[in-house]
Amino acid sequence: MKLLRCPVNGARPVSEFVYGGEVREMPGDACTDAEWADYVFNRSGIPGVKIEWWYHVASGTWFLAKRDVAADHVLQTWLPGEEVPE
Amino acid sequence: MTARLPVVEGEWIDRSRGVPFTFDGQRFEGYAGDVPASALWAAGVRVLGRSFKYHRPRGVLSFANHDVNTLMQAGARLNFRADVEGLEPGMALTAVNTAGTAARDGLRILDRLSAFLPVGFYYKAFHRPKGLAPFWENVFRRVTGLGRVDFSTPRLATPKRYDFADVLVVGAGPSGLRAALRAGQAGARVVLVDENARIGGSLGYQRGGERRSRDTLVELEAAIAALPNVSVRPGTLAAGWYADHWVPLVDASRMTKLRAKAVVVAQGVFEQPAVFRNNDIPGVMLASAAQRLMYRYAVKPMHVALVLTANAEGYRAALDLLANGVEVAAVVDLRQRADDEAAEAAVIARGVRVLHGHCVFEAEARADRLVAARVCPLDDSGEPRTSHAIHVACDGILMSVGWAPAAALLYQSGCVMRYDTAVEQFVPAKLAPGVFAAGRVNGVHDLEARLLDGERAGAEAAAWAGFHTDPVPAVPGLTSTPSHPWPIVGHPGGKNFVDFDEDLQVRDFLDAAQEGFDNIELLKRFTTVGMGPSQGKHSNMNAIRILARIRGQSPGEVGTTTARPFFHPVPLSHLAGRGFTARRETPVHERHERLGAAWMQAGIWLRPEYYREADRPKAECVRAEIRAVRSGVGLIDVGTLGKMELHGPDAAAFLERLYTGRFAGLKVGMSRYGLMTDETGVVIDDGVIARLADEHFYFTTTTTGAAAVYCEAQRWNAIWKLRVGLVNVTGAFAAVNLAGPRSRTVLARLGTQDLSRDAFPYLGVRETEVGGIPARVMRVGFVGELGYEIHVPAQYGACLWDRLMEAGREFDIRPFGVEAQRALRLEKGHVIIGQDTDGLTTADEAGLGWAVRMEKPFFVGKRSLEIIRKRGARQTLVGFELDPGSSAVPLECHLVIRDGEIAGRVTSVLESETLGRTVGLVFVRPELAKEGTRLEIRVDGGAIVAATVVRTPFYDPDGARQEPEHE
Repeated sequence: MKLLRCPVNGARPVSEFVYGGEVREMPGDACTDAEWADYVFNRSGIPGVKIEWWYHVASGTWFLAKRDVAADHVLQTWLPGEEVPE
Repeated sequence: MTARLPVVEGEWIDRSRGVPFTFDGQRFEGYAGDVPASALWAAGVRVLGRSFKYHRPRGVLSFANHDVNTLMQAGARLNFRADVEGLEPGMALTAVNTAGTAARDGLRILDRLSAFLPVGFYYKAFHRPKGLAPFWENVFRRVTGLGRVDFSTPRLATPKRYDFADVLVVGAGPSGLRAALRAGQAGARVVLVDENARIGGSLGYQRGGERRSRDTLVELEAAIAALPNVSVRPGTLAAGWYADHWVPLVDASRMTKLRAKAVVVAQGVFEQPAVFRNNDIPGVMLASAAQRLMYRYAVKPMHVALVLTANAEGYRAALDLLANGVEVAAVVDLRQRADDEAAEAAVIARGVRVLHGHCVFEAEARADRLVAARVCPLDDSGEPRTSHAIHVACDGILMSVGWAPAAALLYQSGCVMRYDTAVEQFVPAKLAPGVFAAGRVNGVHDLEARLLDGERAGAEAAAWAGFHTDPVPAVPGLTSTPSHPWPIVGHPGGKNFVDFDEDLQVRDFLDAAQEGFDNIELLKRFTTVGMGPSQGKHSNMNAIRILARIRGQSPGEVGTTTARPFFHPVPLSHLAGRGFTARRETPVHERHERLGAAWMQAGIWLRPEYYREADRPKAECVRAEIRAVRSGVGLIDVGTLGKMELHGPDAAAFLERLYTGRFAGLKVGMSRYGLMTDETGVVIDDGVIARLADEHFYFTTTTTGAAAVYCEAQRWNAIWKLRVGLVNVTGAFAAVNLAGPRSRTVLARLGTQDLSRDAFPYLGVRETEVGGIPARVMRVGFVGELGYEIHVPAQYGACLWDRLMEAGREFDIRPFGVEAQRALRLEKGHVIIGQDTDGLTTADEAGLGWAVRMEKPFFVGKRSLEIIRKRGARQTLVGFELDPGSSAVPLECHLVIRDGEIAGRVTSVLESETLGRTVGLVFVRPELAKEGTRLEIRVDGGAIVAATVVRTPFYDPDGARQEPEHE
């Protein structure tokens, strides 16, 4: 079973986490209906390095993970609002 | 007759403890430490099982957990692996896949018919004529299969164990032992596992007639035993490799899931059979099998042996035979020249005939026993010259022609392998991070080199796990090639087996390639090579060599198939654990139990569906509960509702974003219905939001939605960063709903709160005391009567229940369950999210548009609802009333039919005693939503019943009964 590093609780088995999808910018009020529908319904399946939402269920912690989804390799995790570690 | 040797140093058997057992009804006696195959071989039994397809007699092959033909049934236990599993006193073993016994198998005739059963015959034959297929299936089911299932076998649930290690070393042969020692000396917590009953690996049995390897083993064992941080676990199989070094360790009693920081794979190699005619006759075995027989079980494997070899190990095996009193008739070497002259010289010095550049062309049997070998010289192209054949009498043939790496765990970890022609073996080219290979699986074969390689891998693994240790230099190169690139001899008569599980001969591979299945993955599936229980451990390498030759490629270009977990068969009972389905009970659970609750599942909660009464059917009990609420007073446990506490200066703003309604203007001491949609505008949850102070809200969610709402609310605020604190207090509060015209009177007896209409209006919320218990009381109307939802700290839940029941006794207070509540709310026309809505229902479609405030600048789902409103609804949830005297009552999900098309779907339905009619909620196309529209609903069996669209609520449309004046 994979391990994932919660920024608060450290490395925990992935069964303690819930995947929250890729981080995507919500379009502004000026967006067209089509742009909004694209935001709401479409997800990118392109492999590569993505930033994703992850939730540590046991502690109720949402955090962000930079993950190479093709290799399923997590590069970094950090809390929202924190500076992205380099 | 016994073939036991005098005591052998290091033997695994305990001669002081005899173990009686039976095989195919005949009595035998072995020793503690024996496996059935060794005990039977010692007793002179040569036919231990029958092959899967042709029912040929089979004996021992490897003693390495791939002797599939000696799978046995031990009472109710299936798939008992007689080559590796320990003999137990009183065992009643039977051969499987036989008609009769192994010795006298009625199906051995199939061997004569083999010409008519080529590879893939079942893909081609038996399909026509079509009607006969079931007949043939029946025949196949009878003549195949490995044992008989006893369906009365008790279910065994085996709890898993969990463990951790800095360094896991898999395989306790010379390199694994040295790796564990080195990592242990560096201070790492080491777990060393080996699937065999004892550690040592080849040090124990590949002795070459010398003491050296045995002495090395004793030294290493002592050194490791002195390290308290090294846990040595024999009889334990590392069954697979999963992400981040998560390795299931399987022993006789259970599975242990171990998390390691680094893994050393030192699993060694599988010895590979030579392929020649009749290479499966009992008495033909791998050299390592003969050595295991002698040194583990002290069994003389044969009297007169012929050793077929292509490496130094063959000569050393001949020396082992000689050391244990076996006559060696000849060493037949496939190579023109041996490359380990010392071993060859030692064999010749013992007077053994050595034939270079020769092969075994075929083995000859009489009465299922090996009697001789036909040995031929090989010509320049490697073909046997049958005209020059010689006859060598022998009752055993050892095959020592090569090895294949036990690399399953390496493959699973993502290791890239390459074919190395220096060793004629696949070796790791690029290892996964944190995984290290050592010893023969790494292509290192000389004993001294293996020890050094283990030392290196142990040091590297310890360093990876964070322990300081000096690096160890790489090991020196090879002095000889351990595997022959083509240990295969053709024969016009066939029966030269490549795969002993599936009875595959060389010809089968040629046929498969001829048919076009000449890619390794296709070849595997068409021939089923490597798909038997031994999973290709003794057959894949030769299959690759054959395919490579057919295609004119190297084995590296052909590549290998994927070795998936588990590495060896694992009993299903090891995998069947206890169920870990979460189940929650409210603080009042025990009271319901005493009151005779019939339980139902609500998400992970257990809730009373209704309360049983003696001699009364369910429907009547429910009706009585409904009557109590409508005419007197009822009490229901609603402690399963999600309960959230929200504090902070931005609390109201937060709720305005999260819910569709307005909450900024909500007065302190009041509550309001809250509807939640997701970003697509679909209804996902609802509840009551109460304002306890300017910056303090308390709100409920649906029972099943609590966790998801909390999770999603947290995520939104991770984005919004509003100044709020949100706590899920679902488990911290007990909650009940006291409902009915008498509810106010009952509540008044337990507190000082003024319950008059003005002092405590509908939707009001008060922090007060009920029966001396601090409580939050909300005036709600879910069931359509005057009602109070009372929330108290969980520890007072049962006490509150008791006090309310006591106070209500003179009004015949009645507890009611979920079934009655559903009926009551339906009479009132209230929607249940998830029952009357689904994953596509928008707020407007569910008739909840009134709770959506589009004038707000933002809420989750607003933009989608704007678009949906422009487009118009696709369906509308409306109330219906069934025509009186209808032949049947529709059920949930029955369809509304119009002009032969589906025009809607029933979501809730109730034969209401209160109303004296059958009512329900139904989704219909918007044009059918008008009051008075006639609907046709198709019920079970296809009959059509008629109904009319009516206005909701069905009951008390003005809400007059929710006021206290109605008492």
